[in-house]
Amino acid sequence: MKVAVCIKHVPEGSLKLDPGSKRLVRSGEGALNPSDANAVEEALRLKGDSDTEVVVVSMGPEKAADSLRKALAMGADRAVLVTDDALAGSDLLATSKVLAKVLEREGADLVLFGQQASDGDGAVLWAAVAERLRRPVVSQAAELTITDSTVHVKRQTEFGYDIIETALPAVVAVSDAINEPRYPSLKGIMGAKKKPSETVSLADLGLDAGEVGEAGSKTEVLALGSPPARGDARKIEGDANAAQAIVDYLAEKRLI
Amino acid sequence: MPGILVFLEHHGSELQKGSLGVLAKAAQLGGGDVAAVLVGANVKALAAEAGTYGATKVHVAEDASLEPPLPQARVDVLAKVVHEGGYDTVLFANSVLAADVAAGLAARLDAGLNWDLSDVALEDGALVGKRPALQDSVLADVGWKSEPRLALFRSGSFDATPTAGGGEPAVEEVAVELEEHSRGAKVVDQQLEESSGPSIEDADIIVAGGRGLGSPDKFTLAEELARALGGAVGATRAVVDAGWYPYATQIGQTGKTVSPKLYVALGISGAIQHKVGMQSSNVIVAINKDANAPIFEFSDLGVVGDLHEIVPKLIELLNQRKA
Ligand SMILES: Cc1cc2nc3c(=O)[nH]c(=O)nc-3n(C[C@H](O)[C@H](O)[C@H](O)COP(=O)(O)OP(=O)(O)OC[C@H]3O[C@@H](n4cnc5c(N)ncnc54)[C@H](O)[C@@H]3O)c2cc1C
Ligand SMILES: Nc1ncnc2c1ncn2[C@@H]1O[C@H](COP(=O)(O)O)[C@@H](O)[C@H]1O
Repeated sequence: MKVAVCIKHVPEGSLKLDPGSKRLVRSGEGALNPSDANAVEEALRLKGDSDTEVVVVSMGPEKAADSLRKALAMGADRAVLVTDDALAGSDLLATSKVLAKVLEREGADLVLFGQQASDGDGAVLWAAVAERLRRPVVSQAAELTITDSTVHVKRQTEFGYDIIETALPAVVAVSDAINEPRYPSLKGIMGAKKKPSETVSLADLGLDAGEVGEAGSKTEVLALGSPPARGDARKIEGDANAAQAIVDYLAEKRLI
Repeated sequence: MPGILVFLEHHGSELQKGSLGVLAKAAQLGGGDVAAVLVGANVKALAAEAGTYGATKVHVAEDASLEPPLPQARVDVLAKVVHEGGYDTVLFANSVLAADVAAGLAARLDAGLNWDLSDVALEDGALVGKRPALQDSVLADVGWKSEPRLALFRSGSFDATPTAGGGEPAVEEVAVELEEHSRGAKVVDQQLEESSGPSIEDADIIVAGGRGLGSPDKFTLAEELARALGGAVGATRAVVDAGWYPYATQIGQTGKTVSPKLYVALGISGAIQHKVGMQSSNVIVAINKDANAPIFEFSDLGVVGDLHEIVPKLIELLNQRKA
């Protein structure tokens, strides 16, 4: 079996928007999107000791190679990075186009996504990618098993839990509660450098610059404003008198 | 005539408030007639109610194969309705189902999707979405560069208020041949929530626990604190999905929406999907060891520290006060 995992390299620390381009500043330090570590872990769990290949795929700046390397250090077998200056400013539509192209090339039996990108909070990309790949999609998987080429997913909805089945090939997005991602071992980190890692451009994918990035996006940010502020928030640090401070606060607010 | 189409979601024989809220908002926009689309097994009877919320026309796709709440068959239906009806705008209230329908439809129609919108307005004839971003520290105006325009609204953005003069809508049946990939997934079982005991929605005080509690047995801390305060216990999806606490106590987008007098968050990061279920609480107190946790952005009292040290002391102090 072949499992592809889509991972995103996200900015670390407090996020900033560039007032000019109105885009997220992506030049600072970055890291593997936290919930994508769950998707990588799930792929590794499915692989176990079998000969399943786990390929990690990312679209992003050159620095996204760091996050791919982390996934390799966790145990993934191979990495593919799509990077190109023309990709900057891609929205859901443009991103799904690019990822679908790479995934078509890979022809994986199962494509995994994380729960949501911490910088955009979309939690929607998989559905657009699955549509382009013309494959069944199941999101919010809290449990995932595969038996005889059938995927079984337990997922939460507004009304309880649904158990969903679909045959491979399929696309599944996992919940961040599905597992505890492992930390890469020292051996894993050393070994990651030797694993196959490919960088592809738009041309390699047969895509035109006009179809992706800002040019290929159908949504735009028009203006940035500030939301109404919330009251007088107080923040206290430290443990020593914290409990007493909470009691005093609750008493002041006549809640106790 | 081009116009707005709203995706109506239903559960059993009940139209979902969130989607009715979006419908009511669309009808108030002043951009012309608003239509709705209903997809499912026995949904035709629900069409009349949509009229009360401002729909002048309801497209109904009724078929046994459309009963399971799965997104891809709904993409097939919507693509056809948008195409044949010439709609230029399609609006969705966020839900587990609707998010996947909206994104699938965006790819199918090559249309722009703006998500997590908290409001929408017509400004000089152009549709402008209001999008809280970066943990709600920024409110962006967003637009669409082409039609159709797709929008997914954050839970609780609009009240489902019936519109004045709403009448009986025209009903138009839609027959759809489903795509092969839309027929792949099957719902083989449903574990629906059975309500038992008092609901946390009625509690004046809620102590909610998240993954920061560390392990399922540590929920006793939340329970003891709730007892000391005279409140109920809530939970995040992360701990519910992990099986630490029952689904009936989940607060947030896919759980309950609560607005108690006091909400105490223990080891909860404050994800948007949790926030939408508790942000209208009167007073929010959060204990989290990460000073940068988003929850502090909307807490009245934020306490940076280890809950395992603070909460036992807090319980002790509260019990002393009572004695
Ligand atoms: C479609 C969809 C629907 C969703 N619906 C919901 C929903 O209805 N409700 C919901 O809650 N979530 C929902 N989510 C999930 C949501 O995005 C988050 O993943 C979830 O809320 C995180 O839960 P958490 O805060 O318990 O865990 P985490 O995000 O892991 O946060 C744990 C926090 O505990 C803190 N902590 C750790 N140890 C300690 C300690 N010793 N003392 C103090 N603090 C500590 C950490 O600093 C951290 O901030 C949904 C997501 C999606 C995609
Ligand atoms: N640029 C990207 N490259 C690869 N995968 C991505 C990218 N952006 C998002 N993803 C995947 O899509 C999921 C959902 O992202 P989103 O819909 O943006 O919240 C993430 O958890 C990742 O698995």
